[in-house]
Amino acid sequence: MSNAANPHHVRDYSLTGADTERAKATGLAGAEWYRTEVPRKLMKELMQRRDGPAIRDTLLWFALLGGSAWGGIALWGSWWAVPFWFVYGVMYGSVCDSRWHEAGHGTAFRTGWMNSVVYQIASFMVVRNPVSWRWSHARHHTDTIIVGRDPEIACMRPPNLFRLLMAYSGVLDMIDSVRILLRNAGGRLSPGEKDYIPESEWPKAIFAARVHVTIYALTLAAVAGLFVRGAGWASLIPVLLIGGPRIYGCWHMLMTGLIQHCGLAEDVTDHRLNSRTVYMNPVSRWIYWNMNYHVEHHMFPMVPYHALPRLHEAIRHDLPAPNTSIWDAYREAIPAVLRQARDPDYAFRKPLPPTARPYQERPVHG
Amino acid sequence: MADWVDVCAADDIDPEDVVRFDHGGRTYAVYRLPDGTPWATDGLCTHEKVHLADGLVLGDQIECPKHNGRFNIRTGAPLRAPVCVALATYPARIAGGRIEILV
Repeated sequence: MSNAANPHHVRDYSLTGADTERAKATGLAGAEWYRTEVPRKLMKELMQRRDGPAIRDTLLWFALLGGSAWGGIALWGSWWAVPFWFVYGVMYGSVCDSRWHEAGHGTAFRTGWMNSVVYQIASFMVVRNPVSWRWSHARHHTDTIIVGRDPEIACMRPPNLFRLLMAYSGVLDMIDSVRILLRNAGGRLSPGEKDYIPESEWPKAIFAARVHVTIYALTLAAVAGLFVRGAGWASLIPVLLIGGPRIYGCWHMLMTGLIQHCGLAEDVTDHRLNSRTVYMNPVSRWIYWNMNYHVEHHMFPMVPYHALPRLHEAIRHDLPAPNTSIWDAYREAIPAVLRQARDPDYAFRKPLPPTARPYQERPVHG
Repeated sequence: MADWVDVCAADDIDPEDVVRFDHGGRTYAVYRLPDGTPWATDGLCTHEKVHLADGLVLGDQIECPKHNGRFNIRTGAPLRAPVCVALATYPARIAGGRIEILV
């Protein structure tokens, strides 16, 4: 799908620019989005909160974090330590993203304080300000992939292919995240942050950033202390445990996260046009907490991660066919993103099954 | 001056559930709490104007279907971000097997 009427639209992804005004003027901001009809009785069942699945998964997560950290330290200096650090890296640097996300929605657990505890821990691990990112993600759900409104657009157009490729190393994202953290800790918020965070929450965001920076400073102090005491390479263990995994273990988060929306439409009000549902192996689904059902999640954010497979079965007749694997999703997304480098107005458009209602093509005022 | 307005039969709303009710150019959310008590609030979330009747009633709280913000149904007080502004609440009663709200 290419926008022939406006072939050279230069996008302004800032939240205070020309596209922000355009989104407001055209009704794309705060629009009413398409939703598949689901009987209220079934939807009530799907929305029900439970503590059991998330307690089980969280205990397993902490056990894997603790066990792999123990193995990595105990076998330090041996190649046998490598697989332990590999597991620890993914548990820290990738699992944190899905736990941050689900706990932030308040759908992981039925019990509120459990959501809050996991949210705070995961926010620290993923290097996201727990206050500002709560508001950022609310905006992402209000105005999903609306240029000038959504602060969480990962694949901008024309795409920066170097940055997209480097994303898997985690380095650039970590640099950006630390820069934001330090700016917040210094008492400053960007114009974009000021746009989507209510002013009453600004002091909380600054306080949270200062807490995070203090923990990182103590971690670096531990590295320096160990080095001075002659620990050699083992001095790096504190940063391999805290902060570092956000770089060396984030590859799974990026691998699954970048196929949520990349290559699909911008400035639409139907999540079937801008989001991707992808079938995945059970391990990736556990790491990702079922966010592979991404169209379903955006259409019905009230449904907890453990009920998304049931929701998928209930509404799949109205959705484009899901990608059959992560590889299949990349086979669709990569050519689309490469084409967007030449034609930024291009978007891959999935065919709908005959049982589906047509795409909602025009914005509807909410 | 406020009047008692007929909404629906009491049995039309399950305990711990909510329905949308449009009247006089406004939209309301009409609830029954787990013990069957009726309550009513404004129908749209104060955050992004989403219909709360599509949300989830959890005890005496309503969770918005779009951003998972929560309100206390009895008082309208905001309980969970991203909602910050309270909902207006309205008296509700069951009379002759029907739910009525005072608006």
